[in-house]
Amino acid sequence: MVLLINIILNGLLLGGIYAVTAVGLSLQYGVARILNIAHGEYIMVGAFLTWLVHTKFGVNPLLCLAVAGPAMFILGYLVQTFLFRKLKEKTPTPAEFEGSSMLMAFGILFVIQSIAIFLWGTNIEGYSYLAYSIYLGDIRLSVNRLVILIAALAICLLFYLLLTRTRTGKAIRAASQDPDAAALMGININRMLALCFALGAMMAGFAGMLISLVYQLQTNMGMQYTIIAIIVVVLGGLGSIPGSLIGGFLLGILGAIVNSIEPGLHMAAYYLLFMILLLVKPSGIFGR
Amino acid sequence: MDNNNKLKKIIGPVILVLILAFMISLPLFAQNYTIILLRTILMYVALTLSWVLFSGFTGYTSLATAVFYGTGLYTAGVLNGVLPLPLLMLCSGLISAVLALIIGTITLRLRGIYFAIFTLSSVELIKHVLNWYEINVLGVRGHYVTRVDYGTVYYILLAIVVLILITTYLIKRSRYGLALSGIKSCEEAAVHTGVNATALKVLLFALSAFFIGMTGTVMATGMLYVDSIIAFNLNYSFFPTLMAIFGGMSSMFGPIIGATVFAYLQEYLITRSPDAYMFIFGLVMIITILYLPDGLVGLYVRIRELLLQKAIPQIRRKISGGKHANTAS
Amino acid sequence: MQILQVEGLSKNFGGLAAVSGVDLQVESGEILGLIGPNGAGKTTLFNLISGTIAPNSGKVIFNNEVISGLKPHAICKKGLVRTFQSCKTFPGMSVYQNVLLGALFGSPGKISREQADVETREILEFTELAELSDVPAESLTLEKQKKVEVARALATKPKLLMLDEMMAGLNPTEVAESMELVRKIRDKGITVIMIEHVMKAIMNICERIIVLDHGKKIAEGTPEEISKNKTVIEIYLGE
Ligand SMILES: Nc1ncnc2c1ncn2[C@@H]1O[C@H](COP(=O)(O)OP(=O)(O)OP(=O)(O)O)[C@@H](O)[C@H]1O
Ligand SMILES: [Mg+2]
Repeated sequence: MVLLINIILNGLLLGGIYAVTAVGLSLQYGVARILNIAHGEYIMVGAFLTWLVHTKFGVNPLLCLAVAGPAMFILGYLVQTFLFRKLKEKTPTPAEFEGSSMLMAFGILFVIQSIAIFLWGTNIEGYSYLAYSIYLGDIRLSVNRLVILIAALAICLLFYLLLTRTRTGKAIRAASQDPDAAALMGININRMLALCFALGAMMAGFAGMLISLVYQLQTNMGMQYTIIAIIVVVLGGLGSIPGSLIGGFLLGILGAIVNSIEPGLHMAAYYLLFMILLLVKPSGIFGR
Repeated sequence: MDNNNKLKKIIGPVILVLILAFMISLPLFAQNYTIILLRTILMYVALTLSWVLFSGFTGYTSLATAVFYGTGLYTAGVLNGVLPLPLLMLCSGLISAVLALIIGTITLRLRGIYFAIFTLSSVELIKHVLNWYEINVLGVRGHYVTRVDYGTVYYILLAIVVLILITTYLIKRSRYGLALSGIKSCEEAAVHTGVNATALKVLLFALSAFFIGMTGTVMATGMLYVDSIIAFNLNYSFFPTLMAIFGGMSSMFGPIIGATVFAYLQEYLITRSPDAYMFIFGLVMIITILYLPDGLVGLYVRIRELLLQKAIPQIRRKISGGKHANTAS
Repeated sequence: MQILQVEGLSKNFGGLAAVSGVDLQVESGEILGLIGPNGAGKTTLFNLISGTIAPNSGKVIFNNEVISGLKPHAICKKGLVRTFQSCKTFPGMSVYQNVLLGALFGSPGKISREQADVETREILEFTELAELSDVPAESLTLEKQKKVEVARALATKPKLLMLDEMMAGLNPTEVAESMELVRKIRDKGITVIMIEHVMKAIMNICERIIVLDHGKKIAEGTPEEISKNKTVIEIYLGE
């Protein structure tokens, strides 16, 4: 019983991170139709920026949001404006764009990762923050994970409000549902795409900050988070923030279960789950 | 005009044969270092041509190259000393082909990008499971591989490359080449015209995997040691893909040149500054996708057309004294 | 003799019954018209018969053989071939190659390359595309592309040819030419089912017409009967 509760709790704590990881990717694919394989690299950079600012200047890592978020926002904005938008103008069909934008994302992945290796090397880095546990009876709760869960929920909530309550958010959603109609209504589609790509990257930056609180960092860690993000989006549905939360929690609990049985296999389990999901929904895993 | 066309048809094979003759005689006078460098280049040429054999023909971006190459490397480790090299190569080629049949059968109905990410994940899945198996079940990591001298490896790789080129050429000329271009340009129509697209794609995937697996086994003999992490490295999927895109796929020279350039760059930079290599790699990928739709081959064609467009009217003007200059199309 | 029998064929997309319980028989050698308003399920019916998608229930019998469940390429080899509403030639391939592909792969049994070349040339003559042999398919006009698609289908030596809106988007002269082509095809002994919105063409060349609406067959008969049918008139004139 205690084991079960521990698993579920751990799953929920993990799930918070996974949800934030996925929200950005979901937005990018939902609106811009770009399967951003480099998403994990933005997460990695966000994590390293947090680590850097925290260890060099002693800033509270949670406050590093203010660095990691905007930095990734700008990066995302530039990438969309100077690369993906150009590519889209040159690609005749949406299907072709889907393919070539994915390949281009691979190129971006390599560029970002190589710069990161140049700056930070390939060693494992990390710091500890609130690394102690509290006990509720027999149930152990690590404080930093609890903080992460709360922060993740807060970030998702704010992002949700941003998309549903503000004018910009509404414009983005309009653009994603019907680009032509949105353009007719005077919405600048290109700006919306850039904005939404930037917001997705910003969420990746936030996710990186959260991850750096508990996990060790390495410049090659991006791909695994990209895959996790894709799985969560598949589980929770495309373009839906509550869906990402649910998907994140589902995957988190699965991860916690596998971890309690055979810790070495949890990434393998994720990949397996991912491949099965692809196969059972071959018409398109991102069906709305 | 007719003569010109004939010349064009002959010139490609002639160049290839000359290059081949040169390559065969090279170990007689070249330095050891050159042979080692060429070994890497030939390996990437083999991987890239094999990749093009499937992905270039069908239009499906496969990122499974590392699965098959890794299978080749790993099989060499597991069966080291059990089989002589030729049989070992055949064996890992076949294992790779069977893997490809399995992966292909379950995934080739997926749409483009889903096929790509499925194959990508299959690399990681195999790596993680094998790694776990080595650590938790076997208790030992990795396997040793007996060294084979560079010259032999060089010749084997050269033979594999020639084999792939011949295979590609024969398929291109056959009726299946036509069916494959049909699949690439509109699969639904091809299927309704009697082409068994699934079978064709899966078999081609297996054939391409066969070559990749063999290449892996040969290369393992130069590595001395392999484990799951070394063998199933995603870069083996990414590199051939980019090399092919960079070189261009409308001619067999494209992938060869693309692979040669990057293999050389890698050999040069990997010891000095691996991150610089990755950086250039990514940058070139972005630039190629943005500005060179058919890679270097496409660039060459475009430049030639430009020159011809400028040159031909000028020549005509000279010949006819400028009278008919405007009739040049 | 009946060449095609369709029994209780149904297909749902989510909650939408695109085709529901359709029965139909096609006589060998006839030209059968299939009409109905937009979204009636005509193309879906073609997709079901030709194996593009699998039905939820019902079966298709072609030449006394159940073909539902077979893959499209196998159905094509048996002699049942279709064209597409949104024209699907092979871009990047010449007209000749488009048709040759049909001859090489669609014919029942094995065929030598020489034989395929002969047949391809014959069909290009027959469809009056011979001069365009070497032109890339995608650079042709819509009318010619549709012809290429028909030629490619003919190259597979079909017994039954299903044409999906072959005349949509063509001008009156081109429509007349297409009608002539369909007649010529039938005179070769090939049975034709054609979906068409161009009423003049349908009324002129079809011996029999079937009307679909909301996935159901609502009328069947000769052109005269159909043009007098009250339900059909209501649907076409809107309430
Ligand atoms: N693959 C599909 N998925 C979901 N719905 C579909 C699919 N194909 C067709 N439909 C729906 O089924 C219905 C019938 O479509 P169908 O294309 O068969 O009509 P049609 O009679 O050919 O119309 P038209 O004259 O416009 O070509 C339509 O409502 C269409 O939206
Ligand atoms: Mg239709």
